[in-house]
Parts: sequence; C-alpha cells; structure tokens
Amino acid sequence: MDSVFAAIVQAPEDPILGVTVAYNKDQSPIKLNLGVGAYRTEEGKPLVLNVVRKAEQLLVNDQSRVKEYLPILGLAEFNKLSAKLILGDDSPAIQENRVATAQCLSGTGSLRVGAEFLAKHYNERTIYIPQPSWGNHLKVFTMAGLSVKTYSYYDPTTRGLNFQGLLEDLGAAPAGAIVLLHACAHNPTGVDPTVEQWEQIRQLIRSKGLLPFFDSAYQGFASGSLDADAQPVRMFVADGGECFIAQSYAKNMGLYGERVGALSIVCKAADVASRVESQLKLVIRPMYSNPPLHGASIASTILKNSDLYNEWKVELKAMADRIISMRKQLFDALTAKGTPGDWSHIIKQIGMFTFTGLNRDQVAFMTKEYHIYMTSDGRISMAGLSSSTVPHLADAIHAAVTCSS
Amino acid sequence: MDPTPVVGARYMSSWWRSVQPAPKDPILGVTEAFLADPDPDKINVGVGAYRDDNGKPVVLECVREAERRIAGNSNMEYLPMGGSVNMVEETLKLAYGENSELIKDRRIAAVQALSGTGACRLLADFQKRFCPESQIYIPVPTWSNHHNIWRDAQVPQKTYHYYHPESKGLDFAAMIDDIKNAPNGSFFLLHACAHNPTGVDPTLEQWKEISHHIKVKGHFPFFDMAYQGFASGDPERDAKSIRIFLEDGHHIGIAQSYAKNMGLYGQRVGCLSVLCEDEKQAVAVKSQLQQLARPMYSNPPVHGALIVSTILGDPDLKKLWLKEVKVMADRIIGMRTALRGNLEKLGSPLSWQHITNQIGMFCYSGMTPEQVDRLTNEFHIYMTRNGRISMAGVTTGNVEYLANAIHQVTKSA
Repeated sequence: MDSVFAAIVQAPEDPILGVTVAYNKDQSPIKLNLGVGAYRTEEGKPLVLNVVRKAEQLLVNDQSRVKEYLPILGLAEFNKLSAKLILGDDSPAIQENRVATAQCLSGTGSLRVGAEFLAKHYNERTIYIPQPSWGNHLKVFTMAGLSVKTYSYYDPTTRGLNFQGLLEDLGAAPAGAIVLLHACAHNPTGVDPTVEQWEQIRQLIRSKGLLPFFDSAYQGFASGSLDADAQPVRMFVADGGECFIAQSYAKNMGLYGERVGALSIVCKAADVASRVESQLKLVIRPMYSNPPLHGASIASTILKNSDLYNEWKVELKAMADRIISMRKQLFDALTAKGTPGDWSHIIKQIGMFTFTGLNRDQVAFMTKEYHIYMTSDGRISMAGLSSSTVPHLADAIHAAVTCSS
Repeated sequence: MDPTPVVGARYMSSWWRSVQPAPKDPILGVTEAFLADPDPDKINVGVGAYRDDNGKPVVLECVREAERRIAGNSNMEYLPMGGSVNMVEETLKLAYGENSELIKDRRIAAVQALSGTGACRLLADFQKRFCPESQIYIPVPTWSNHHNIWRDAQVPQKTYHYYHPESKGLDFAAMIDDIKNAPNGSFFLLHACAHNPTGVDPTLEQWKEISHHIKVKGHFPFFDMAYQGFASGDPERDAKSIRIFLEDGHHIGIAQSYAKNMGLYGQRVGCLSVLCEDEKQAVAVKSQLQQLARPMYSNPPVHGALIVSTILGDPDLKKLWLKEVKVMADRIIGMRTALRGNLEKLGSPLSWQHITNQIGMFCYSGMTPEQVDRLTNEFHIYMTRNGRISMAGVTTGNVEYLANAIHQVTKSA
C-alpha cells in the first residue's frame, strides 16, 4: 500500500540545533561547541542551579502533590509571579488587573500563542522583526499566520546598532503594525540599544501607534540584574500603553528542557484583559490543551520563596559575570595576538552571544580546521567558553582572519 | 532626552476593545463550576481524570518511584525537537507490539508530543502541509477538542456516523457507508479504544470490516489512543484495533497519551507516530514533523518523558505500572456495574445496560442537556451537557446518590 506521504522530502537541519548534531558527530578531543545558547560552567558542563535542585526536592518530597491537568492558562501562581518579575512588584498595570498572563512553553511557545492571538484578533497582520533576529522568529510568526517584515538593526561596519536605520524603518511602518523587540541581550548580535535610545524607540512606537511585542529570554542573564534587564519593557508599560511580552526561564533559571515561559498581554483596562485572557484559552486548547506542570512548579517555588529568590539572584549574577569574564578574556587574547581588526564589540555586546563578524567561509574554516562549532552567521555562544578554551578559540579566529581569502 | 509623554487619540483606547469574551470550554469549564460550588454532596463526573474510591486524584506508585530517581539527576537540557528517543522507542512498543518488525525496520516516524492534544495537532498541521487537498473525517460524537484542533490547523472537516442513540451502541452500517462514500484518500480519525465520549467501541469483527473498507478507499487511518490499558486493563488487548490495521498493511498514524494510563496528566507526555513505507521515508517524515514542532514550542518538556522512560525501561517498574493500570481499569468496571445495579434497583423504567456495555472512562448516559442541567442545579452533579459521565468520578461513596439523582431526572422520560 502506498503511503500518502510518499513524496515527502527530508527537511533541512535546523541551523541552530543542527550545530550540536554536527558537534556530537565530531570525534576530535579539542572540539568546542559554541552553537546553541545553553549555559556551560567553566568545566564545560551544563549547570542546574542550586535553587532549582532545592525546589525539585521540595516538590518531590511533598506527598500531597498531584499531577492533574493545569488550567489552560497554566499555574496561576506562576503567572502572577512571572508578570511581577518582568513588570516590577509595584507595577500599576498589575495592580489595576490590566495584565492577562498565560503560562506557555518557554519563549517559543509564548511567542507562538501571542502571534496566533494577534492573527485572530488584531487588525494588522504584519510583524516587524529586527535584522538579524533569532532564526526561529520567522518560522513562529509565519506559522501563526502573520506576515513578517524586517527593520534595520545590526550595523556590520560598527558591529553595533544601526540606530538611524531602525528609526527610519519603524517610522515607515504602517500604523498598528506589530514590532518585535528583544528586551535585552539581542539574539544573535548581543547589541542592545542604550536607555536613551530605548526612550526614543518608545516615543516613536507610541506616536505611530505600533504594537510592541517583547521577547524577554535573558532577564537577569544579560547584566546580572533582573531589574536592569527589565527596564526597556517597564518603560513601555509605564507610559500606560499596551504591549505583548514573551518570557522564558530556559536560560535565567536553567530550566531549558522543562519548557517554562509566560505570555503577558498588558491591556488598557481590566475588563479588556479579562476578555483577552478568555480568548487566549481558545488559542491554547487546540494546540496542547494545557501547559506542562513540572517546570512551572519549580519556577514558582523559587519565585515565591524569598530565600530561594535571593539565592537565585546570586546564582544568576554568577552566570552573567562568568560570561562577561569570557568576553574580556577573548578580547584580551585577540588583542595580545594582534589579530587584525577591531574586536571591541566582543566586550561591548551583551548577553549570551557575540556576533563576531566572521563570515560563512571563515566559520567553515574554523569548524574544519579547529573543530569549532558555531552558527554560520558568525554567532558564538559565550556560555560555551571557558578560561581553558579561550586560547583555542582565539587561535582559530586569528587563523580564520589572517588565512582566509 | 525628551520627557514629554506621548498622548494621542489612538493611544487612548485599547487595541482589544472588540475582543469578545470567549465561551467556556465545554469540558474544562465543568470543573471550574464544580470547584465554585460549596455544596457538600457535590460530585464531579465531568473531566476525564481518574479518581480513587475516595474521590482523590492518584499518583501511581511507579510514578512516585520514577520521580525519586529523577530528582537531582536530570540536567534539564533541551531535548531534541523530536523529544526523548528513549521514551519514543518504549512508546512505540506499546502501540505496535514489543517485538514489532516495523520498529526493527525503522519504518515508523515518531516524535514526542504534548500529550494526545499535541500529537493530534502535529498530525493535523502535517496533514495541512503535505496533503492540503485532503479532509479529516471525525466521528459523531467525539471529544470536542478534536474539532478545534483540525479547525485551527485549517484542515476541512467532515463527520462520519458513529454513535447510535437508539441502541446506545455503534451505528455500524452508517459508519461503513460513510467510509465508502468519502472521497478516496480521506483521513479518518479513529478512537483506538474506549471511545470518548460514548465508551462505545467496535467489536474485533467490526474493526476488521472497518479496516477492509478503509483499505479499499485508500483512506489514511489516524488512531487517537488516549486510553491504552485503561479500557480493558490490558494494554495489548486495548491496542487490538491498531494491530488489525497493521496486519492489513495500512500505513497508519497514532496519537498516544500517557495522561490517563500513567496518570501524568499535567506533564503533557505523548507521542505522534506515522508508519512509512521504509526507513528513508520515516526519516524524511520525522524531519518534517520536527519542522512543525519547532515553531510551536521548539522541543517538548523533558520531565514527563523521563518518568515514562524510567518506568518502561525498568522491568520491575513496568510490571508495577501494568498492575496499577489494571487496578484503575477494574475500579471503573466495578463502578459501571454498581451504577447500573443501583438504577435497576431503583426501578428505573429505562434500560441501563449500556452502562456496562460501554468501556473506558466515560459512559454516554443518553441524558438530554436539560436533564443534565437538572442534575447540576438540583443535585450538584457536574458533567458535560452531552450526558457524558466520567466513571472515574464515581465511587462506592457516591454511586447511590448519583443513581438516585439520575433516576429522579429520567424516570418520567
């Protein structure tokens, strides 16, 4: 009997996750995985935070815990705490019950649910995403039924922000268009607007009536401070306007595979938020009915317990500090080698990733000759580096830059 | 920096003024209403989540043990897009057979999914993308969320006859007719066992005929198996419909869920599998399924998958699980007998043999929405308005009260 799917061709590897696949196949003892953005310790090991282990133990020892379905919108306590985390404990939007929050499957799930809601209920179908952005953004929004355009963001000549281009492109967007903003630690470039630039972006977006959709995947992970990293989002909420926020706990709580996240929609009025919440359920139910329990329970346990919360902040800062230290070490190493070019962007950029500015050929060279695995856009995950591997990477970059045609 | 706040007419009103309040989910809304009711005699026979004889949710012993082993040992890294390979392998054995040649020949494209819902949604999205001209045929009645899933995937839906109200059994002849009349190459959604909401399953002979007619028309059979083990107490027996189709050479699809049979409801653990012609095709199909998962949630949650693979990968834990599943199934079968017995004892003028003829978590009582409303308003009994009773919510402590209430609202029917 013929299969109805006989004509199906194999899909290409996901460019980001495919890097780890290739890395795993490599037998070289000096191989280095700077691909996917998962934090590694100095020893190159994945890290489970102490607070997460503690929370796990509390949960497993609690005999009264059951595994029942969560409500469609997820764990209510988690939702409240998540909203507070990003918006601030004393946020008027929360006090006025203007925030509709749904627990979703990490950042991806939050973005997808938000996008499907927009495709269903919003009068504008176009979303503007920065150029470049996380590779999966395009797929998420397209699958949800939105049409994706880009706005200028990264300037390859400065390896910094193309601020003028950004303002022009957003200025030319049709009224009501959706704008995706990386709340902090832009992925893949690590280039963030300054506070002053954020203020100008906010004014432009509000004056044009554009709808901001924040992707917050690195709160606390970028600068080491949860509040500092939330500032751009809070600026927008402070002006009383509406916005969407996708939060992920994959990196900042190390909960990657547990898929913990939240979508918050900040509305102008409480009755609106309540109706929006009811409609979110209709998006979620035919996708997966209700979100997974375990990860959100861990996150909630940490967020609501002040000792665990404070301990978390300390561990989070330690991760951020190690990454900042890696940046410094790599910069120093390249400077010491006299590698041609200006490498100051390595220490100016922020968050897990550095957009090295290396081209596809140079990347391919580094993979082939030095067994260094990274995405072909030149993005490296600083979290994958350690003091002992920085020299190897510096050698590889130096070779790629000086030997390449 | 210009501190002037931006205020404008457009800026003053919400984008979402015209968003209507959504209707409550017909199933999940029942539990919400139940929880809000202060009456001490209230009974929840709405949502299909298992309860023990004290009306309490159950965490299986094998699950507790698995969690003890997992806590402190998992590094919580991302799973691959297709999920836990281990868990998927074990899951396929349950559906296709422990020693299935199909598994050995690597002909099955399979990915971990977000329980049954997620598996169905992935299949629906896959169908939309790769068989865009096809329609899905859905039985009447079915789990209400099936309609939502294929609608949101934008796959045109049709229905096929299934439940026969007069006999409270299967409308077999009409079902076969619908299979014959559907355009060749249609997709047919089949409940592998313990049909939800009716509890009415075809006999093995009927399954063989269904398989035959589906084969003649070249339809794609998609099994939603949410209750393997939970229906008869024997997972092998509950998978018989699937095995019949496999023997007949169909290239089937299956959505499997561990929500009920392992009590992992909130963990969202399941699997979508698609049987292909050969390994090469299976690799291609799996890669495409992953392409659909990536923009939905990137990769599935690890915890529930770890529980499943811990249990199924350990012969002792697996034995314990099989024992615990049988206990759950037996308790439900016992409650069916008790409910029917009580109604007959009360002298009900109606026939209630369908209560024990039907199988699985649900009983399609045959009550009308109005009668259901009376049950709720007068007796504080919560169930979906299609008359579906979740037998898992029935206990030795409440079965008499339930029987009496049902008798009261139906005796003059």
